Amino acid sequence: MFAEALEDILRDRCTPAVVRAIEAGDDPMLLWSAIAEAGFLELLAPESAGGAGLPLDEFFEVALLLGRYAVPLPLAQSMAARALLPEGACPAAMLTFAPGLRREADGWCCPQVPFGAIATAVLADDGDALLLFDCQDAQRLPTGVAHSQAAGLRFTAEPQRFARDGQALRAWGAALHAALIAGAMARAFEMTLQYGNERSQFGKSIGKFQAIQHQLSVMAEQVAASRLAARAAFGAGTAPGLLQAALAKARTSEAVVPVAATAHAVHGAIGVTAEYDLQLYTRRLQEWRLAHGSEAHWHPVIGQALLDSGAPVADFIRDLAAA
Amino acid sequence: MANLLDNFAYATVPPHAQAFRAEVRDFLATEMPTLPADVRARSWMGFDAGFSRRLAARGWVGVTLPQEFGGAALDAFSRFVLVEELLTAGAPVAGHWIADRQSGPLIAKYGTPAQKAFYLPRICAGEAFFCIGMSEPNSGSDLASVGTRATPAADGGWRLNGRKIWTTNAQNCQYMIALVRSSGDPQDRQKGLSQFIVDLSLPGVTVRPIEDLTGDAHFTEVFFDDVSLAADALVGAEGQGWEQVNAELAFERSGPERLYSSIVLLDRWIEVLRDSPDASRHLATVGRFAAHLAALRHLSVSCTARLAAGESPVIEAALVKDIGTTFEQEIPAVISALLGEDPQADVDAELLRTCAYVSQVAPTYSLRGGTREILRGMIARGLGLR
Ligand SMILES: Cc1cc2nc3c(=O)[nH]c(=O)nc-3n(C[C@H](O)[C@H](O)[C@H](O)COP(=O)(O)OP(=O)(O)OC[C@H]3O[C@@H](n4cnc5c(N)ncnc54)[C@H](O)[C@@H]3O)c2cc1C
Repeated sequence: MFAEALEDILRDRCTPAVVRAIEAGDDPMLLWSAIAEAGFLELLAPESAGGAGLPLDEFFEVALLLGRYAVPLPLAQSMAARALLPEGACPAAMLTFAPGLRREADGWCCPQVPFGAIATAVLADDGDALLLFDCQDAQRLPTGVAHSQAAGLRFTAEPQRFARDGQALRAWGAALHAALIAGAMARAFEMTLQYGNERSQFGKSIGKFQAIQHQLSVMAEQVAASRLAARAAFGAGTAPGLLQAALAKARTSEAVVPVAATAHAVHGAIGVTAEYDLQLYTRRLQEWRLAHGSEAHWHPVIGQALLDSGAPVADFIRDLAAA
Repeated sequence: MANLLDNFAYATVPPHAQAFRAEVRDFLATEMPTLPADVRARSWMGFDAGFSRRLAARGWVGVTLPQEFGGAALDAFSRFVLVEELLTAGAPVAGHWIADRQSGPLIAKYGTPAQKAFYLPRICAGEAFFCIGMSEPNSGSDLASVGTRATPAADGGWRLNGRKIWTTNAQNCQYMIALVRSSGDPQDRQKGLSQFIVDLSLPGVTVRPIEDLTGDAHFTEVFFDDVSLAADALVGAEGQGWEQVNAELAFERSGPERLYSSIVLLDRWIEVLRDSPDASRHLATVGRFAAHLAALRHLSVSCTARLAAGESPVIEAALVKDIGTTFEQEIPAVISALLGEDPQADVDAELLRTCAYVSQVAPTYSLRGGTREILRGMIARGLGLR
C-alpha cells in the first residue's frame, strides 16, 4: 500500500532526467520535499510518534523501490533512522549512515559515506554509542568518481550521542543496501530483457539467439536469488539481525558483477553511454556493492559465525531464516 | 516476462512442517546407519532397501499420497523438510526415492482406480521401487524423439520393444515408468507418446548395470525384447505421455534435491576446519557457501509454496535447478583446490575420499533431470524470449 503510493510519486518525480540533474549538483530539495511532505520519512517511526509503524517486511518493498528508481537521495537511511533513534530525536534532515568512523586528532572522519556529498546529517556508530553529526560544518571529501554522490566526511564539531542497540546501525546499513541492490538489479534486468526482444541483428531479435537467451536465463537466476536474499533480512522484529543482513549483503553484492556484466553485454555499446539509462542502475550497483561492506567483508563474518555455531551448514542458515 | 521473477514470492516453512522436522530427526538418530562421509555423500545414489522399508514403516514413503492408499497425505512443505533432513544427513534414499517423488504422485494423478489400489500401497510400504525410463541411446535432451515402441496386441495389451539407458537404480527396482511411442513415428515428436508401467521381472526385460567413473554402478541399460504388457500397463491416456512427463518434471526439479548434493562434503570440510589451526584463512569461503545456500533455499522454499498451493511451477523449478546445481558443483571445485593447496600437508582421508567422489560425479548434477542448456532454454521461454 505504502509502496504503491510511493511508486506513484517516484514515477512522476524521480524520472531519469531528475536523477541525472541531482547527480550533476541540482538542488535535491524539490524531490526530497515531495516525498517528505507525503509523510514517507515516518514510515518506520512508531505510531505513538505519529509514524506508520510499518512492519519490516513491508518496508522491504519500499527500499526495493528506492533502488529501482535510482533515487538520488538518502531516503532509505532517513527512513530507517526513525527506527534507530529514540522517539523524536531524529532531525528533519537529509540523513545518511556512515559505514565507518575514525577518531582523529581534531575530530572524526567517516570514509565513503553513501550520499555524503549531499547529506545534511550523518549517523555513525563508535562501538559505544550512536553519534549524530550535523553536516553543516563538515568537510566533504569527494571520491572523484564521476556522478557519484558518495563522499568522505570530516567533522570537528561535537556530535549528539544516543544509546546504541548492539550492531543495529551496521545491520541496517547492510540490509538497506542489499534491498537497494535488489531493486536496481530488477530494473537493469527488465531493461536488458526488453532490449533483447527489441534489438535486431542478422534479421532477428538478438533474444532469439541461444547464446543471449542463456545469458539472460543466468541473469534471471542471479536477480531472483538476490531479491530473496535481500528480502530475508527484512523479517520479523523491528530491525534486521546482523547475520541476516550479512547473508543478504554478501549475496547481493556478489551478484552485482555478473548482473551488471550481462546487462551491458546484451546491450552492446549503447548500454555504456551516459545518455542511455542503464548506467544509472549499473553505476549504483557497483557503488552499492562496496557500501557498508562488500561480500569480501561479510563472508568471513558469516564464516566465523558458522564455525562458532558448531552446527551443520543447513542448520545454521535455517536458524537464521526462522529468526 | 519479468513476471517470472515476481513468481518467486518470499515464503518460509510453516510451523507444522517445522514441527515435523523434529520427528524426522528423531527417526534418523535411531534408524540411519552410521556411515563415513564418502558413503553418505552418495545419498540419492545410496541403495539400502532396509532403510527405505524402515522409513516406509514410519509412514514416510509416499509422504504426499492419500491416506487411503497408505500415504501420509502431508503437504509439499512437510516433504521439503523430510527431504532436506534425509539429504543433509546423507541418508541412503535411492530405493524409494523415485517412487516417492515422481512415480507415486504420477499414478495418483493419472492412474486408474485399479492401478492406484495396486501400486500406491506397495509404494507406501516400501515394497515397490520405481525407476524412470525416459532416456534412450539416441534420445537424451531431445526426449520427444524416443524410439522404444509399444504396439497394440490382439489381447488388448501391448508388445514392447526397444531400449532405455541411464536408468538410475533399475537393477534394484520392481517397476519402471517408461515413456514410449505408442503411435506414429519419431517425426511426430510429442504426439503419440505414452507412459507404461513396466514390471521389470517380465520375460524379455534385461537390465544391465553400467559402471561409472567412480567405480559404482548406479545407472543401467534396460532392453525390451518383445515384452508382453497387459492392457492396464498404460498409465494415463494413450498419446498423453508428453504432458504427463512434463508434470512429473516439476516435482523432480524444484525440491531440496537440487541444493544438497554436495552438502555432506561441505559439512565434512567445515568439521575438519573447526579442528584446524588454519580455519581463519577459510572463513570467507565458508561464509560464501553459507550465503549462497541461504539464498538458494529461499528460492526452493518459494517454489515449494507454489507446489503446496497446488500449482505446477515448471519454469521456476528449472531456474532453481540450474542455479542450484551451479552451487553444488562449486563446492567440490573450491574444496579440491584448497585440499591441494599445500603438497606437504596431510589431508584427512575421509574428507579426501568424499571430495574425490563428489568431484568426479559433480558434472552429472547438471545432466540428470535435464541439462543446463535445456533448462536455460526453458527459462528463456519463461522470460518471453522464444
Ligand atoms: C547420473 C545420471 C542419472 C540419470 N538418471 C536417469 C534416469 O533415471 N532416467 C532417465 O531417463 N535418464 C536419466 N539420466 C539421463 C539424463 O536425463 C540425460 O543424460 C540428459 O537428459 C542428457 O541427455 P544425453 O546424456 O543424451 O546428452 P545429449 O542430449 O546428447 O547432450 C549432450 C550435450 O549437448 C547439449 N545439447 C543437447 N541439445 C541441445 C540444445 N538443443 N541446445 C543446446 N545444447 C544442447 C546438452 O546440454 C549436453 O551438454 C541420467 C543421467 C545421469 C548423468
